[in-house]
Amino acid sequence: MDEANSQKASPVIALAGNPNAGKTTLFNALTGLRHKVANYPGVTVERRSGRWGIGEGSAELIDLPGLYSLDATSMDEEIARDVLRGSAESPVRPDAIVAVVDATNLERNLYLITQIIEHETPVVVALTMMDLFEEQGHIVDLASLAAGLGVPVVPVDSRKGTGIAELGEAVSSVLGNKNGVPNGLAAELAGEGSNVFGRYRFISGLVQMAVKHNDLDAHRFSDRIDSILTHKVWGLLVLFGILLLVFQAIFSWATVPMDLLEAGFGALGDGARSILPEGMLADLVVDGIIAGVGGILVFLPQIILLFVFISILEDSGYMSRAAFLLDRLMSRIGLHGKAFLPLISSFACAIPGIMATRTIEDRRDRLATIMIAPLMSCSARLPVYVLMIAAFFGGQTVFGFVSLGAVIMLGMYLLGIVAAIVVAFILKRTVLKSPTPPFMMELPPYRMPSVRTVLANVLERAGLFVRRAGTVILAISIILWALAYFPRSDTAAEPGSETAASAQLENSFAGRLGHAIEPVIEPLGYDWKIGVALIASFAAREVLVSTLSILYNVGGDAEETGGLASALRDAKRADGLPVWTPLTSISLMVFFVLAMQCMSTVAIVRRETNSWRWPLFMVVYMTLLAYLGAFVTYQGGRLLGFT
Amino acid sequence: MRLSDLPAGGSGIVTAVDDGSRVGRRLSELGVVPGVKIAVIKHAPFGDPVEIRLLRYNLALRKEEAAVVQIDPESTNGRS
Repeated sequence: MDEANSQKASPVIALAGNPNAGKTTLFNALTGLRHKVANYPGVTVERRSGRWGIGEGSAELIDLPGLYSLDATSMDEEIARDVLRGSAESPVRPDAIVAVVDATNLERNLYLITQIIEHETPVVVALTMMDLFEEQGHIVDLASLAAGLGVPVVPVDSRKGTGIAELGEAVSSVLGNKNGVPNGLAAELAGEGSNVFGRYRFISGLVQMAVKHNDLDAHRFSDRIDSILTHKVWGLLVLFGILLLVFQAIFSWATVPMDLLEAGFGALGDGARSILPEGMLADLVVDGIIAGVGGILVFLPQIILLFVFISILEDSGYMSRAAFLLDRLMSRIGLHGKAFLPLISSFACAIPGIMATRTIEDRRDRLATIMIAPLMSCSARLPVYVLMIAAFFGGQTVFGFVSLGAVIMLGMYLLGIVAAIVVAFILKRTVLKSPTPPFMMELPPYRMPSVRTVLANVLERAGLFVRRAGTVILAISIILWALAYFPRSDTAAEPGSETAASAQLENSFAGRLGHAIEPVIEPLGYDWKIGVALIASFAAREVLVSTLSILYNVGGDAEETGGLASALRDAKRADGLPVWTPLTSISLMVFFVLAMQCMSTVAIVRRETNSWRWPLFMVVYMTLLAYLGAFVTYQGGRLLGFT
Repeated sequence: MRLSDLPAGGSGIVTAVDDGSRVGRRLSELGVVPGVKIAVIKHAPFGDPVEIRLLRYNLALRKEEAAVVQIDPESTNGRS
């Protein structure tokens, strides 16, 4: 498609601006929720695009990553820079650029604009937060601002929808034009001294001419909130409280829809079973596909809730305060303050956590954060902890009133955190060695989170998760099912009975694998049945519970942990000694804390790092760590006289 | 005096930024250029980073980075 043709048919408009300038809110206002997210070819930088109706036709609007200048430091910024410069490497060639400028923060926002207008692609400035700025008593002379920059300036209010039509008209009118560098800027850049300083001198002159500032400070309100929220004591307490609330929501409130989903998938399985003729197809659909994919999709409510919280915290401006509060602690380990959020998210699920590392500029810092994210005890480990505690520590208390189960559970979470700190510490001093990256982060004024932005964000993340469940996880579920299903064995037991299922599993490829690895896992206190369950749970941790249920002939319902718990307690070895002891269960929990048993995480790390090297490294180091941890726990425990 | 030595509540005018370094260049792109007034708002709970205010916005940076900025403290002839 040649250039003239593309402009007539459907021009491509890029949306650029500083982070926090109101870019995303404007994007959502212009495109509604009709947008799609994809990656730029070859890199993991996300590309959000949507249709924007301008004039009689419509344009393709592309949201670029937020950036402060065209001198890129992160991968996100590099892409944005290439697009804005119209350079040959650019994956898209926009016909016009809408540059978003925050009126309340004019000078720093205009710095990027002075760089963009040096290139040929026509620019229209969308001035956001004008209402707020004028409420504070400042006066902006739009005409002289536009004249000084040499491009149209249109005030917009994304929330009320004002200025949107005018912005469309302005964009239509500049299509096909070319920018000229304003005389004042050209003179400054030709003068002595730094290019950066010259630009700021030009901007300073422009702003003095176009804006009458009121002495009232826009930040006063935010600063007053921050006198508590970033206070040395209260700030940390509030942060702790917020985390507690998020955890409460994820682990407690989310269980209601999760139980419903689980019941729904159970009913779906039963329905499919009754419709399909008995045989392999029915087994594949019910035990392989529905059980496998359903087992992952039940986590959807947690993911949605987590992203509702993250989006609200981000959109309100709180997230950067959290990074501010914790940067010192994080930098001691060698990580950036921004790594805090992805790591917290990983307590729900490492997948959204790893996706959230995109905000970390430095590649090595980001990789280190990705590598330790799966050590945070995610919700898929919860069923394992619950089963082990119910089986071997149920009803016991410490000091007479604290439940021993709760102490052990807390211990497992702490173990994951400590392991993550140690691993990050080592990684940042060895393979991912790099100088501590600078920490320069804007603390934007607090804002009421926009419902539309939060909704768009949550829909996007949930969509990505569901799509993965439909592809990678589906494939893995089928493979696992086949491993446990073949080869078929004939038993004397009644077909379909639990004894038959157990015999089938022992004879299957998965069962043989379990026997094969028994010598390796024996020092950890595990027998072949645990081996089978371990192998199965390498695809997804929570599979352990359902696999054990099959192996111990306790109905397929993984929810009946009571029955399974007593079956585990009663299981005897050939020599009459119990298979499971409290020590075995601790050893198994330790293994689960440290091991990389989640194919979806491996798949997402592959996608986010664009190589197989890092996901493989992750699997290897975590498996070794898990083995070592369980070995030390079991053998050490025995030396100390525990059973 | 270096920006990193300014106590919370103090302010000054930027006199020089080493824009040859990566940190200095990034800071100057963010508006930390000679002539700009900077006020130190507070330090984070563990003493670092530090929150500063310039050009009508708030920025957090580590003391280590603040050390590349030279300021003339408590002067009154700058712009805010």
